[in-house]
Amino acid sequence: MDDLLREFLTETSESLDVVDVELVRFEREPNNAEILANVFRLVHTIKGTCGFLGLPRLEALAHAAETLMGRFRDGLPVTSEAVTVVLASIDRIKEILASLESDEAEPEGGDEDLVKELERLSAAAAAEQNQTVGTLVHQVLERPLRPGEVSLDELERAFRETPGPEMSPPPPLDAEGERRSEADRRAAIRREEEQREAAAKAQTLRVQVETLERLMTMVSELVLTRNQLLEIVRRSQESEFKAPLQRLSNVTAELQEGVIKTRMQPIGNAWSKLPRIVRDLANELGKEIEIEMHGAETELDRQVLEVIKDPLTHMVRNSADHGIEMPEERRAAGKPEKGTLRLSARHEGGHIIIAIADDGRGLNTERIRAKAVRMGLISANDKLTDAQIQKFIFAPGFSTAATVTSVSGRGVGMDVVKTNIDQIGGSVDLKSVLGRGTTFTIKIPLTLAIVPALIVEAAKERFAIPQVSVLELVRVRANSEHRIEHVKDAPVLRLRNKLLPLVHLGSLLRLSGGEAEDGAFIVVMQTGNRTLGVVVDGVFHTEEIVVKPMASKLRDIATFSGNTILGDGSVILILDPNGLAGSLGGRLDSSEIAEQEQKGKARVEETDRPISLLVFRAGNDEPKAVPLSLITRLEEIDARDIQQSSGRSLVQYRGTLMPLVPVNDGVRIRTEGMQPLLVFIDGGRSMGIVVDEIVDIVEDRLNIEVGSATPGILGSAIVRGQATEIIDVAHFLPLAHEDWFQRKEMNAEARRRRLLFVDDSAFFRNMLTPVLKAAGYDVTTAANGGEALALVEKADGFDVIVSDIEMPDVDGFELAEALRKDPRMGQVPIIALTSHSSPAMLERGRRVGFRAFVAKFDRQGLIAALKDTPFEISKAA
Amino acid sequence: MQTNSEIEFVTVLIAGQLFGLPIARVHDVFMIDRLTRVPLAPPEIAGILNLRGRVVTTIDMRRRLDLPAREEGRGNMAVGIEHRGESYGLLIDSVGEVLKIPAANRDPNPVNLDPRWARVADGVVQLDGRLMVVLDVERVLELKTLELAA
Repeated sequence: MDDLLREFLTETSESLDVVDVELVRFEREPNNAEILANVFRLVHTIKGTCGFLGLPRLEALAHAAETLMGRFRDGLPVTSEAVTVVLASIDRIKEILASLESDEAEPEGGDEDLVKELERLSAAAAAEQNQTVGTLVHQVLERPLRPGEVSLDELERAFRETPGPEMSPPPPLDAEGERRSEADRRAAIRREEEQREAAAKAQTLRVQVETLERLMTMVSELVLTRNQLLEIVRRSQESEFKAPLQRLSNVTAELQEGVIKTRMQPIGNAWSKLPRIVRDLANELGKEIEIEMHGAETELDRQVLEVIKDPLTHMVRNSADHGIEMPEERRAAGKPEKGTLRLSARHEGGHIIIAIADDGRGLNTERIRAKAVRMGLISANDKLTDAQIQKFIFAPGFSTAATVTSVSGRGVGMDVVKTNIDQIGGSVDLKSVLGRGTTFTIKIPLTLAIVPALIVEAAKERFAIPQVSVLELVRVRANSEHRIEHVKDAPVLRLRNKLLPLVHLGSLLRLSGGEAEDGAFIVVMQTGNRTLGVVVDGVFHTEEIVVKPMASKLRDIATFSGNTILGDGSVILILDPNGLAGSLGGRLDSSEIAEQEQKGKARVEETDRPISLLVFRAGNDEPKAVPLSLITRLEEIDARDIQQSSGRSLVQYRGTLMPLVPVNDGVRIRTEGMQPLLVFIDGGRSMGIVVDEIVDIVEDRLNIEVGSATPGILGSAIVRGQATEIIDVAHFLPLAHEDWFQRKEMNAEARRRRLLFVDDSAFFRNMLTPVLKAAGYDVTTAANGGEALALVEKADGFDVIVSDIEMPDVDGFELAEALRKDPRMGQVPIIALTSHSSPAMLERGRRVGFRAFVAKFDRQGLIAALKDTPFEISKAA
Repeated sequence: MQTNSEIEFVTVLIAGQLFGLPIARVHDVFMIDRLTRVPLAPPEIAGILNLRGRVVTTIDMRRRLDLPAREEGRGNMAVGIEHRGESYGLLIDSVGEVLKIPAANRDPNPVNLDPRWARVADGVVQLDGRLMVVLDVERVLELKTLELAA
């Protein structure tokens, strides 16, 4: 296809979407000149380009629509009829564009019907205007008055009846003058339009998505290379590369952030079609519906945007169709006749929350229950809460619409919506009050491009499992409660009195290799509303992976959702939880659904983000845990390989001697059999913490409730309903290598280090706080420099401060300067977060005493910088 | 087919047979270092690999042409092809030279050619002492994806 034509098509269909929205807005605010000017400009541009490209049908139609709109601009009353005709013309233009795209030519046929209609309305307008010459422009508001509004006539009367200053009548204009002023006015409007257009042109640039994807790939590659370089330099003590590498590292992280930004789009793009849909729907159904949108500027990855577009449209249609009542019904219920649909979006902790709320009739719980019973999902005697019953609308094939309208209720229901949202690791929830309305809440990740994943091994091949679908890990032990049993040939696991269906990853993928079950791991996964266990040979670690789509030749394999390049450069496949669940076949029973619903609910209510914890036993029966993210690997070594040297236990591990440290005095390093170890590798040094048994990996919130005075233990927390000791990894590192942290004796002060995190963006505060918590810090946040100073004033000191540079009022530099003057805080290390760093900035940073500069998106860099920071005991002074 | 023009071919050797790929379709030639198997994939797919940050899907040409499998560890060369925005690698035994062939020297596929070859061959070129089968890259990449044993 001709490049020019292609460009025209993309540009025009975007413009038309805007016209749709603007027209609907205009219908409601007929006196808003700005909206009209915008619509007029877009239609005018389309007309002009059509003429240039030789598209007569489009040109004629656009011209007629433009003429009518010109009349609006001249003061023609805006009627619903006129807007409907213009919208119909826009639809026709879209049809013509669609066939232009497929056939590269305008389709046969004519648009006389619409052109005539448009011309009739324009002519009528002209006639009407002629009649009203010399009097006030007759303004008609084509809708009933809202409460509190007065009609224009009344307003006019009030004006006339109110005594005012005497005014001399304006000097009569001769015909010449009138024409000139009219010409001036038009010229002014044109100038304004041109300026606006020029401004818009200068600020945006059209880029092929492919180009961006390629940039993203290159940046990911660059990040991997940078990580390798950092690793090499970390190993050497003093290196002249250190400083330039830190700069390179910053620039790389900024670049990565920038490229990620280019993939972000405001959610408003997915909403742009909704006002039109709601308007047409309301007209069709004879309802009055107002749509409100909040947070349209909230940004998310374009890939995510694509996935949620259709579910959102479906939900809005549903709400308009089933949720909002007919005007008479609303009046009878004492509600305003006009129903309201409210869309809102906001960021929250690495996720986007989208809410779709209506003030309609709410869900009829009794009817849903009856239907669920009829479908055999529950029995009539089951005791379920209203919320549980309401969730059945997400069950497959569930539609309770009493009457099937053309709009919805065609069988594709909320289950499809839920499936789509599940697929991208999101969740959907609803709240409904009978007679008051329904609110759907969708929670989706900001981006699909980078996700945390668990790396597992089956039949000597590694695979990645998206962390969002991993509930827990269970170690299989032949003689324990965690052993695999079989019902006929189906492998199952008894897990907390429930039978969990299992699938062996190796045999599912038809990979050779025995199904050695003892010592294997079961990854318990949740997908949609089912839970299953995937048996794998080994579990490595969690890693943030850059998801790449499967090649088209491999896209039919339901088991994989994509692939990724790991830090070591190898490519591995990403398992698709839905595909794995699909391989099991069968349906789940209702009790399972009910249980899942409850689980889902519990999860929504949790405000704190759960983190993965590794649970193990050592010395005594009390379970112990450590955040999984701190552990590099879990290993089992042959006890005979453990060597003794000058009173320390060592083992050869990956070409170096790794010291072994028992987690407490109760643990004896084994002399025979297999010895489980938690391995930590950092900057080329490694250490193995000796434990008795690795029990499980669980997702839970880490809330240390009781502090501890014992060295090496941070305190106790409730993990999976059991009191669990949380291990302070930092305590063990210097036991293995004295200079690991170059830190001072801390055994008297075995507490979490207190970190003050200052950033004016709630988004970053939400994103980084869990990361810092997982790294073992007690995090306090402040939204600006002033708040930070107040906190420092009140609290008895922080061990380290991480601060943004660019903040309103007191910025990062000023904060650092102020702190330096405070005798108590003068020595506290400050790490600066910045999205741009220049040498001048680094210099200023050094002067005010920043220990390090870290780019905002560089989580690993931040943790590394924190690890490199020696901690003074602020109270000890 | 034009008569006076010349076409350049990259020649490759697969199980002793010489094949030619139109040079315009060849993106690069590379050694395969680490290949990740893709379970459940069509048998012709040898696996996927990381080539300078791009994930490349490799096709085992011996399997594609129904030839005996390679000996383990031998012949790890691949010809890189870009196809509809995706990267593919054709796994071959070795790469030869670039030949300029007058279009007139290309004969159509012999009628008795093995149908599996006929599907991907775009004529045969007579060289001194040997024959070169021209590969149609598009058709080489047309795998029957539904062959995934269900």
